[in-house]
Parts: sequence; C-alpha cells; structure tokens
Amino acid sequence: MDSVTSEPQHRTLSSTADNGLKIVVVGGFGVGKTTLVRSVSEIRPLNTEETMSQAGEGIDDTVGVAAKTATTVAFDFGRISLDERNVLYLFGAPGQERFWFLWDRLFSGTLGAVVLVDTRRIADSWYAVDRLEHHGTPFVVACNDFGGAAHGPEAIREALDLADEVPLVFCDARSRESSKQVLIALVEHLKNVVAAAPEGAPRPIPEPAP
Amino acid sequence: MSRVRPGRDDSPDRLYTLTGGRSSSGSTAFDVVTLVVAESDPVPGMQSEHAAILRMCRFPTAVVEVAAGLGLPVSITRILLADLHDTGRISARHPRPTSYRLPDHDILEQVLVGLRNL
Ligand SMILES: Nc1nc2c(ncn2[C@@H]2O[C@H](COP(=O)(O)OP(=O)(O)OP(=O)(O)O)[C@@H](O)[C@H]2O)c(=O)[nH]1
Ligand SMILES: [Mg+2]
Repeated sequence: MDSVTSEPQHRTLSSTADNGLKIVVVGGFGVGKTTLVRSVSEIRPLNTEETMSQAGEGIDDTVGVAAKTATTVAFDFGRISLDERNVLYLFGAPGQERFWFLWDRLFSGTLGAVVLVDTRRIADSWYAVDRLEHHGTPFVVACNDFGGAAHGPEAIREALDLADEVPLVFCDARSRESSKQVLIALVEHLKNVVAAAPEGAPRPIPEPAP
Repeated sequence: MSRVRPGRDDSPDRLYTLTGGRSSSGSTAFDVVTLVVAESDPVPGMQSEHAAILRMCRFPTAVVEVAAGLGLPVSITRILLADLHDTGRISARHPRPTSYRLPDHDILEQVLVGLRNL
C-alpha cells in the first residue's frame, strides 16, 4: 500500500476512516513545532484555537460568561492518513506553563508526545518534560538542529534530568525523513512502554476531556 | 494566507448567538479527533454554520478540522456539532477508547506501518 505520497494532495479522508489518533509536539517558542508538523503532514498545517475561562472551575464556561475572562490559545495541526481506518493528527502546542489547560485537553487520549528542544535554550523544555511525566504521557525528546554548538546526548539528558528510558533523538524538523524518524522513534518507544506495562494497567491521566 | 485567524475577532456576542448561549453540551463528548460525517444535506434556512459543517463533512472530518474550517474555537464548534448530532444530521466516529489506558499494541503496529510507508 502506498496511498500516502509526499504531495499534499489528500484534501479529504477516505470514507472508511473511523479512528482518529493524536500525537502532540510540544516545545518553546520558535523551536520548530510547526515546521515538523508541516514536514510530515499531508495537508498544510491548519490553525485553530481552544478557549477557556480563567474564572473558577467551569470546564467550558467561556461562552456563558460572555468570555469576560476567556483565554485563547492557538495551536496548529497536521494530518497523516495511515491506512483505510486510522488517521493520525499531529498537534503543535506551546510548551509554556500558562498553556496548561490546552495541554490537559489535547493530551487526553493522546498516544504520546514529542518534546522538541533547541539545545541553545534547554530550560524552555523543563516544564514540558515535568508535565508529561506528571500525566504519565510517554514521550521522546527530539533536539532540533539549529546549527549551534553541538551538545552531546549525555549533557542534554543531564540538563533535562531525563530518565534513562526516555529516547533522545536529533532531528532537522525541515526534513520530512528526519521528522518521520522522530515519530517512528516515539511509536517504537510506546511499544516498549506497552510491553513493559502490566496487563490492563490504568494509565494515570488525571483530567478527562471536557 | 488570507484566512482570518479564528476566534480573534469574534465578539462574545457573536459567539453567544451562535450557540444560543449554551456553554457546553451534555451530549457525547466530541474529542478533537472525533471524525464527523454528514448524514444529510444542508437545508434552506439552516443556521449558516450548521450548513457549513454539513458541506465540510461529506467525507470524514475531524472536529479540529471543522473548527479550523469554520474559523471558530474548538469549544464553540463542539456545541454546534452537538446540535447536529442530536438531530441526526451528523454521525460521529469517536476514537477507539485509549484515554485511560495505554494504546493497544495492534494500533501501534498499524501506526508504525503507516509511518514507515510515508
Ligand atoms: N536551522 C533550522 N531552522 C529550523 C529548523 N526547524 C525550524 N527552523 C526554523 O525556525 C523557525 C521557527 O520554526 P517554527 O516551526 O515556526 O517554530 P514553532 O515552534 O512552530 O514556533 P511558534 O509556534 O512560534 O512557537 C522557522 O524560521 C523555521 O524555518 C531546523 O531544524 N533547523
Ligand atoms: Mg508554530
């Protein structure tokens, strides 16, 4: 089967598509999230927003309260048709703490995450790593190549305080092949995580989707 | 890119009007990747957003794509979709439940095969 080619020609999904899957790409400003999504997506990345009231606990209360304290976060996404039934959506989401609510929403039910890192600004990724661990969302760390001073994997692992089992890969988000390898590294990691988990073990995601 | 960024210029009043003031739907939760399929054609007099959704969803279309297409936030889009779902005008193909469990091995294999074929 070679239905998916590099041309962004797939405007519509197959009528048999029935299972949407999610992978989230998080990282600091300008780290290459949109670039990575664009590199592998069959559609030009689209942009949309999620809104949330800051007042109180109200899950979806933005409209009713006339949005007086609504916070809006933009995120972009791309799409990969995997086969007749499975469609993978890739979400590029800002990794900063103030966007936690977007994370909670996008991450529920997500297969896993890619933390994109610019090695010149490693501290930008601390929050993302911490939050993913808290959620129990499996992830890989991908260092995007901006041509800065080369950091060895050990130095990056140490700077991020990465657990040994978390894969660390290097990529060029502008390259389709390189971006594809990042996703493959994530899915391989997911398989290991699943294989290591006790049968039917619950996954510790605290917040359900609204 | 000529399309206006969604949400930015929407006054609260407009959003309120679109959704009849409801803040969230009680019906089935639409995930951002729930695939929506139109079950009928638009009819004259229908709210324009509803008609637009029916046109957009002749083939399966994810909630987040519908939101981007309408230029509306996902939360508002969910409410519009619930209206159409409640009246049988769309059907929803929800993601296979993986939310509170690890994804199953078969799905991961399928994802891997799909990615390698890219
Ligand atoms: N040298 C180099 N430049 C890159 C790479 N990936 C992205 N860029 C460039 O870095 C800039 C930012 O990339 P984006 O993909 O927009 O980053 P982003 O994370 O989506 O940015 P925000 O959404 O604004 O936070 C663009 O000019 C890209 O062309 C890379 O691997 N190497
Ligand atoms: Mg971006």
